[in-house]
Amino acid sequence: MGLIVEMRDMIKRFEDVVANDHVDFTLEEGEIHALLGENGAGKTTLMRILYGLYRADEGEIFVAGERAPIHSPKDAIARGIGMVTQHFALVPPLSVAENVVLGFTGGFRLQRAEIEERVGQAARRFGMEIDPAAIVRHLSVGEKQRVEILKALYRDARVLILDEPTAVLIPQEVDALFETLNRLREGGLSVIFISHKLDEVMTISDRVTVLRDGHVIDTVQTAGTSTTELANMMVGRETFGVTRQQESQKGEPVLRIEGLCADDDQGLPALKQVNLTIRRGEILGIAGVGGNGQKELAETLSGIRKPTSGAIFVHEEDLSGATPAACTRAGVGRIPEDRHAGVVGELTVAENLALEHLHEFIQRSTLDRQAIHQNAERLIEAFQIKAKPTDKVRTLSGGNMQKVLLARVLAREPSILLAPQPTRGLDVGATEYVRTQLLKQRERGAGVLLISEDLDEILALSDRIAVIYEGEIVGELAAEEADLERLGLMMSGAVKERV
Amino acid sequence: MAKRERKFIVEKTQTPPVWARTAIPLLALIGTFILTSGLLLWSNANPFEAYYYFLFAPFSSRVSTLEVLVKGTPLILCGIAVTFAFASGYYNIGAEGQLYAGAIAAAWLGVALEGLPAVLHILIMLLGGFIFGMLWALGPALLKVKLAVDEVVTTLLLNSVMLYIVSALLNGPWRDPESGWPQSPEIATSAMLPKLVPRSRLHFGFILAILFVLVFWYLRSRTGFGLKMRAVGLSQPAARFAGVNIERTVLISALVSGGIAGIAGVVEVAGIQFHLIDALSPGYGYTGIIIATLGGLHPVGVAIAALFFGLIDTGAQTVSRALGVPVYLGEITQATMLLVTLGMLLLQNIRIRRA
Repeated sequence: MGLIVEMRDMIKRFEDVVANDHVDFTLEEGEIHALLGENGAGKTTLMRILYGLYRADEGEIFVAGERAPIHSPKDAIARGIGMVTQHFALVPPLSVAENVVLGFTGGFRLQRAEIEERVGQAARRFGMEIDPAAIVRHLSVGEKQRVEILKALYRDARVLILDEPTAVLIPQEVDALFETLNRLREGGLSVIFISHKLDEVMTISDRVTVLRDGHVIDTVQTAGTSTTELANMMVGRETFGVTRQQESQKGEPVLRIEGLCADDDQGLPALKQVNLTIRRGEILGIAGVGGNGQKELAETLSGIRKPTSGAIFVHEEDLSGATPAACTRAGVGRIPEDRHAGVVGELTVAENLALEHLHEFIQRSTLDRQAIHQNAERLIEAFQIKAKPTDKVRTLSGGNMQKVLLARVLAREPSILLAPQPTRGLDVGATEYVRTQLLKQRERGAGVLLISEDLDEILALSDRIAVIYEGEIVGELAAEEADLERLGLMMSGAVKERV
Repeated sequence: MAKRERKFIVEKTQTPPVWARTAIPLLALIGTFILTSGLLLWSNANPFEAYYYFLFAPFSSRVSTLEVLVKGTPLILCGIAVTFAFASGYYNIGAEGQLYAGAIAAAWLGVALEGLPAVLHILIMLLGGFIFGMLWALGPALLKVKLAVDEVVTTLLLNSVMLYIVSALLNGPWRDPESGWPQSPEIATSAMLPKLVPRSRLHFGFILAILFVLVFWYLRSRTGFGLKMRAVGLSQPAARFAGVNIERTVLISALVSGGIAGIAGVVEVAGIQFHLIDALSPGYGYTGIIIATLGGLHPVGVAIAALFFGLIDTGAQTVSRALGVPVYLGEITQATMLLVTLGMLLLQNIRIRRA
């Protein structure tokens, strides 16, 4: 077996950040090669270079032993490289077959029956179960991903790049994906599998290349390594030591949600009769695959989305349909799901920290700028934010931005904390910090609602776990009863428990 | 396919260096000069000479220096008016119509309340102009806040409606009974704004304009409303999340914007023309948009941009008299200036460095 792809001494800079620093990477014919690393390690950047989405500052690419300058995805496709990104590039109202041949039709007339026949044949050849006439909009996430893979294979891809393919899948769909990949490997396909999940990498790959901070740490045979060894290479230190200590002092309910319904942005029902209770001193985790109503739940509880029916009680005060300001006054601390939509990037750290409680910084109808500055200095110190009060928030890293939002909320010692996807996109250090803060709130006696797609995070922090599926709470269990398999079944909608 | 190795890398940066930001007005001026000099040569004028008249000749005499301030007065007010709305993300393109609404109030109250003491008369007239401007801005603002109707369209269209209203008034009930010209009767002496400098056209309106700059500066950077306004303008989702009442903030700034534009109308009627005429404004409301943009939506920047435009307006008349070029060259210069500056603002976010 020869080398199909070789990347030599790749360097890619973004402003002052070196995303890839002298990276060497090789891919053999017929292997599944995992690219492992934390968020921001440079995995996706490297593969975007290979697929022609980015141009490397330095370095050379060889495909099948031949020097291959790749300047655009078109070049990459011509050399047999296909990529499936996390955000699918599919046209929802079109059929599977139309999506597969899109941009690759040849000829002027489009013969619907003929392309469906051709795509159907291709699907069978690659052993993938797909109805070529199905409309993409109606497919599940796992099926859409299969269409993306088929799309690449249909264009004679010899190398398939998968960027975090399992992030959007439920455990059962992951198994199906791995079966497909194994079959394709036997057919001679080479796969680059980007991931930050150790167990998946151990299961599926032949070799692993670990990236950290833009450097290659090592490339090893999967059979000759262990999760512990890989984890140490990834982070260089023990990580995710943050877990819930047993048994907290659970108290009276602080937040009660009864029969809550809400619509999504398209006006379709997104939350259906949600009932939840959070007590003092506990973390209630909401598990679920993304897009099952988590965003709408957080927004409705934050007061930025109006419920269509149902009630939200905070300390027995009805807050359904209340404004964000009223929620804050009632003692609800809110962190937004999209942190960029929670801060005003062009305003300073100090101004953002004051924005939620402006009335407290006004003296005789004038802003007390000194008080705003002192407030910022105090919070920057208390929450270890790496910034000056006068820095514009948009210049901060994701982790520091999240700290600004946490500081704004936690400084008020809220009795309820809403934390939707609080560590998404953060590096290890910032993730650990945020998780520690959530546990601190629990110890202080706050009720915490943790919404996360990261099951490890849910399992590590929650006292109780509720699973959301298609806008419904399909099950609720105590942390001791929960395990990955059981949660996975509930997340796929296959099993309902104790609704 | 061997491509030549690139020696430079072009990339985007979010933080332009300080020198770039300060050099931009100067570079924009040079760029404007280069772009307009062709037109000047075509009109048989020496571009250097023309720009001397544009930029320096107005300062050669006391009267023409003061004239820069006179021309700058409605421009400052319109610039501040537009900025007030833009700052909270409400794109008020209707300052022109709101200006005329204020002017109608001034022409009406200036005549109707004859006999009042001057101070009271002027105060009532200013208040009336503010309210008329606000009322003219109310419809689009409500449509925006309640039904999310695009304010750019509604405010812009209302400008034409207002011009026809003015025209109807001037050709109907308000036609001057003595001369028969389409102009309203002259306002009472007590309604005329006092002159600041004898034997010049500089009037109290200029002080008012500066006052509005200061008040707006204070409001914008020193009050809670100002911070909310900027937060709404810069990121509505974040402002909403932090509990800012978006609808209220947008509504208030849209109305105040209309009110200030109305004041500009009052000032032109009561300080310069003493009548309502349909050529009261040569597009001050639209120029206000350019000025707000060039001034970076900052009160001081707006004042400087407005006075600079006042300078070019004054200079354009001198150029046309001295060199025989059309007076419209002033407007062309202003428009070119805007385009060049906007181009520069995009360029300042691009950095070129050696690979």
